[in-house]
Amino acid sequence: MRRRIAAVAVLLLSAAPAGAADNVKIGFVTTLSGPAGIIGKHMKDASELSLSMLGGKVGGLPAQIVYGDDQQKPDIGRQVADEMLKRDKVDFMTGIIWSNVMLALYQPVIESGTMLISANAGPHELAGEKCAPNFFSASWQNDQTPEAMGKFMDDQKMSDIYLIAPDYAAGHDMMSGFKRFFKGKVTAETYSKFGQSDYQVEISQIRDANPKAVFAFLPGGMGIQFVKQYAQSGVREKIPLYSAFTVDETTLPAIGDAADGNYEVGFWSPDLDNPRNKEFVTAFRQKYNYWPSFYAAQSFDAIAMIDRAVAAVKGDLANRKGMIEALEKADFPSVRGKFKYNTNHFPIENFYLLRIKKDSDGSYVRKIEKVVFADHADAYAGECKMKK
Amino acid sequence: MIYVVEQVLNGVQFGVMLFLMAAGLTLIFGIMNLINLAHGSLYMVGAYVAAASFAATGSFLLGLAAALAVAVIVGIAIEIVVFRTLYERDHLDQVLATFGLILFFNEMVRIIWGSTALFYWVPDFLSGRVEILPGIPYPVYRLAIIAVGLTVALLLYLLIVRTRIGMLIRAGASNRIMLGALGVNVRMLYTLVFALGAALAALAGVMAGPIFTVESGMGESVLILAFVVIVIGGIGSIRGAFIAGLLVGVVDAVGRAFLRPLLTVFSSSAAAAKFGPALASMLIYVLMAAVLFVRPQGLFPPRGR
Repeated sequence: MRRRIAAVAVLLLSAAPAGAADNVKIGFVTTLSGPAGIIGKHMKDASELSLSMLGGKVGGLPAQIVYGDDQQKPDIGRQVADEMLKRDKVDFMTGIIWSNVMLALYQPVIESGTMLISANAGPHELAGEKCAPNFFSASWQNDQTPEAMGKFMDDQKMSDIYLIAPDYAAGHDMMSGFKRFFKGKVTAETYSKFGQSDYQVEISQIRDANPKAVFAFLPGGMGIQFVKQYAQSGVREKIPLYSAFTVDETTLPAIGDAADGNYEVGFWSPDLDNPRNKEFVTAFRQKYNYWPSFYAAQSFDAIAMIDRAVAAVKGDLANRKGMIEALEKADFPSVRGKFKYNTNHFPIENFYLLRIKKDSDGSYVRKIEKVVFADHADAYAGECKMKK
Repeated sequence: MIYVVEQVLNGVQFGVMLFLMAAGLTLIFGIMNLINLAHGSLYMVGAYVAAASFAATGSFLLGLAAALAVAVIVGIAIEIVVFRTLYERDHLDQVLATFGLILFFNEMVRIIWGSTALFYWVPDFLSGRVEILPGIPYPVYRLAIIAVGLTVALLLYLLIVRTRIGMLIRAGASNRIMLGALGVNVRMLYTLVFALGAALAALAGVMAGPIFTVESGMGESVLILAFVVIVIGGIGSIRGAFIAGLLVGVVDAVGRAFLRPLLTVFSSSAAAAKFGPALASMLIYVLMAAVLFVRPQGLFPPRGR
C-alpha cells in the first residue's frame, strides 16, 4: 500500500509543471446562434484561420480552442465562462462580442488569474477603475470609435443630430464617446431595447424630430433590421444615416443597397494597407470566400497575441508576469499595423472614416476614406490604477 | 398631432399581428381547454418555411402558401400524436408536453436551417410607400399587415357566427360531452380547430418574418405577448383577442414613443433616459395586471360558462 502511494506521488510530481506546459487551451466566448450568429461565425472562422496559419500551435505548443455560445445573453455568457474555467481549465479566455456579457464574466475570469483578451467588447469600466493586469484588448475601448464619428461630423460643421443606440452598456458608452468630440446640437437621444428587431416606432420618432442627420450604433441583427427599415420608410432620402459598428461585413450581405454610400468609422477595414493585413484578408477570402469583418480581424489578432505571450515565456504558462510584459510591448504582427498599448491595456491606434462601396464582385464592403484620429487613446486610462 | 396618429397606426399594425397569433391560441385554449405552448413553434415553422421557399422560388405568395400548408400538416400531426392523449389530463401535463415540443421544434429548425438567423425581405409588390397622412409616407407592407389582420378577423367572425362549423365550435366550447352525445364527431372537430389555429400562427409568422428576424426560438417572445392578449381579452373569445391585441399593440407603441418625453416633464432628462425604456417595456404587463384586477375573467369572456 505504502509503495503504491509512493508511486502515485512520484507520478504526480512528474506531472507537475517543471517549466513548460504541454498544450494550451483557449476559451472562446462568442455568439453562435440567433440574429448575431453571423458575428460568431466571422470570429470562429478567423480564429481557426489564425491557429492553422501557426500550424495549430501557439508559442510552439499544440493548442486547442474551445468555443462557447453566449446566445447574446449576459447570464449565459457568465455560465459558459465558468464552465471553461472550471471544467476545461482554459489558459486563455478570448472572444466576447457584447459589453454586457463582458461585464458579467469579467470579475470571475480576472480573479481566477486567467489571461483575458477581448476580441471585441470594450466597456469603459474595464479601461478605468476596473482595469486589470491580466486583461488586454485586441480591439478598442467602446468610446474610441464613435469619438471618430463625432469628430468627423463636428469637422463638417454639422448640427442637429439624432442619436439612437440599444439600451445596454455599450450603447451608452458609444453615445458618450460621440458627444465627447461632437460639439453641435444633439436633437434627441433614443435608447431602444437590446436585441429589438422592429424599429417602426423609433423611425416615426426620427421623422417627427426631423434632424439634419442620424447617428446610430446598432450592432449585429439590430443594425440589419434598423438600416433596412430606415430605407424602407423613406426617411433615408431626407435624413442621412451615419453609424458605428452597424454597417459592416457581417451585416452588409443582408442590408445590401439600403446602406450604399453610408459613412462608418473603425480602426480597421479590409483595404487597410499593410503586409500583415493583406496576408490575412487574402488567406481569409481564399479559405472562406467572403469578406472578413473587424470582428474577424480582432479575433485573428487575439490568437496572434496568445502566440506571442506563450512564446515569450517559452511555454511556462505559470509565468503570468512574463506574458503580461510581452503583450504590453504590442510587438506581435497585427492586422492594424503598428500600435501601442496604453497603461490600461487598451490600444492607442488609428481610427478611419469608412464608406460603404460596391466591390468589383458585386458585394458591398467598407473602404477607407481618410484618417480621423492618428494614435488615439481612450478617455479613461487616467482612472486606471493598475496593480501589478 | 399627425405624429400621434402615426404612432397609433404603428401600434395598430403591431396589435393586428398579435391578434393573428392570439386568435389561434384562444380558439385552442378556449374551445379545446388545452394550453398549447407550442403555438409559438407553429409561428416559427411558418416563418422558416416561408423564408426558405421565398428564397428558393422568389415568390412571396408561393412562400406563404407553402408555409400555411406545412404548418397545417405539422399542426394536424402533433394534434394526433401528442394532444389527443392530453385532452383528459390536467393543465400541468399539457404545459410539460407542449414545452417539450418547443424544445423539439427549436432544435429541429437549428438542424435544418442552422443556428444563425435568416433574413428575408418585403416582396417587391409590397415594398413601396403610400402617403396616408400629409408628410407621412407609410410602408405598404405594414398597411398590408393591417389589411390581412382585419380580413382574418372578419372571416373568423363569419365562420364562428354564421356557419354550421362555427356553431359546432361554439357548442363544443360550451359542452363537449353533450355535443358528442348528439352524434357529432368531436375528435374530428378538434383536429379541424387545431389545424385552423396552426394556419393562423403560420400566417402571423409569415407576415412577421420581414419585420422580425427568423430565428430558432422566435416563437417564445411573441407567445408571451399572445398569452397577455388572450388573458386581457377573455380566454376563448375571438372578439376579445382582437380588441385586446389592438390595445396591447397601441399601448406598447405609444409607451415607447411618449413615455420618455413625458418623464422628462417630471424628472431630469438623465433619469428619464434611464427609466423610460425600462418602463416602456413593462407597460403592457401593467395593463394586464390592471385589467385582471378590475375584470379577472378578461374584457370579453365568452358566454355560457
